[in-house]
Amino acid sequence: MDLSPPIRFELRRGAVTAVPLAIAVGLFGVSFGVLSVSTGGMGALPAIAMSATTFAGSAQFAAASIVSGGGQPIAAIAAGLLLNARYLPIGVSVARFLFGGPIRRFAQAQLVVDESWAIASRGGGTFDTHRLVGAGIVLWLAWVAGTIIGVIGGEALGDPAALGLDAAFPALFLALLMPQLIGRREVAAAVLGAGIAIALVPLTPAGVPIIAAAGAALIGLWRR
Amino acid sequence: MSDAWLIVVAIGIGTMLIKAAGPVLLGGRALPPAVQGVVALLAPALLAALVATAGLSSGQALVIDARLLGLGAAAVTIALRAPVLLVVVVAAATAAIARLVGVS
Repeated sequence: MDLSPPIRFELRRGAVTAVPLAIAVGLFGVSFGVLSVSTGGMGALPAIAMSATTFAGSAQFAAASIVSGGGQPIAAIAAGLLLNARYLPIGVSVARFLFGGPIRRFAQAQLVVDESWAIASRGGGTFDTHRLVGAGIVLWLAWVAGTIIGVIGGEALGDPAALGLDAAFPALFLALLMPQLIGRREVAAAVLGAGIAIALVPLTPAGVPIIAAAGAALIGLWRR
Repeated sequence: MSDAWLIVVAIGIGTMLIKAAGPVLLGGRALPPAVQGVVALLAPALLAALVATAGLSSGQALVIDARLLGLGAAAVTIALRAPVLLVVVVAAATAAIARLVGVS
């Protein structure tokens, strides 16, 4: 790759800006690693591979939570992909600013996560792709390294129920949910989604209530 | 392939395709408003369902146990704008202490 000084500047600027966020992302990765090995979730190597390839916290935690709750793999897969559907419009928003052929654009698109997207944003719907790449690489390294540390630490932990680790999943999902509740429609979708899930728990196998709750998003078809 | 690896591969490939769809296939063309409206609400709907099931279900039973106390402590910690890891630690510690004093 030809790295002219302005490109190197933007790459470095993206990377440096991402460092404080990367610390938080790394600690988040630690919790994914710990929960993956300690709660009957994914297991060590799948957890690390998942962080390296999926690189999206909420989908990974959803899959780990469904597996540890005895859900079928198909439920975990569906929940993870439905949660990551939000990357479709995010990908569209940066599409005009990526460069190169399909393979390079594909690679750049993989580095888009909430934090790198925010760092690369220059306002008015424009993005600096080099800043995106610099930030995305730092965040990816932190996420994978955090997961590895968590996996190693988690294997040394004792009984997950005695340590309250089963309470960690709902707490984590609540922490991920709160920033999403930016308007009345989001709150309505959340209340309806939780209601559908609770109603179905006694009636369906584990995992199914979560997939069914995705139906609550259909209220998005109503005009504003 | 074990279930865990099946999940890792399926979500990994699916997520890569979702992320790349806009930049590689759509080339920046906007999504239809109806799709945008639904996609924007998927995360809140699913995350709320995950809070409910991870906090209140045990297999096919709805149960109220130490996890709910942990979740309450997490809500307070989130309201104080603490980092996610602290939220998780507070929730786990609360549930662990509740069990030590005899809550199921």
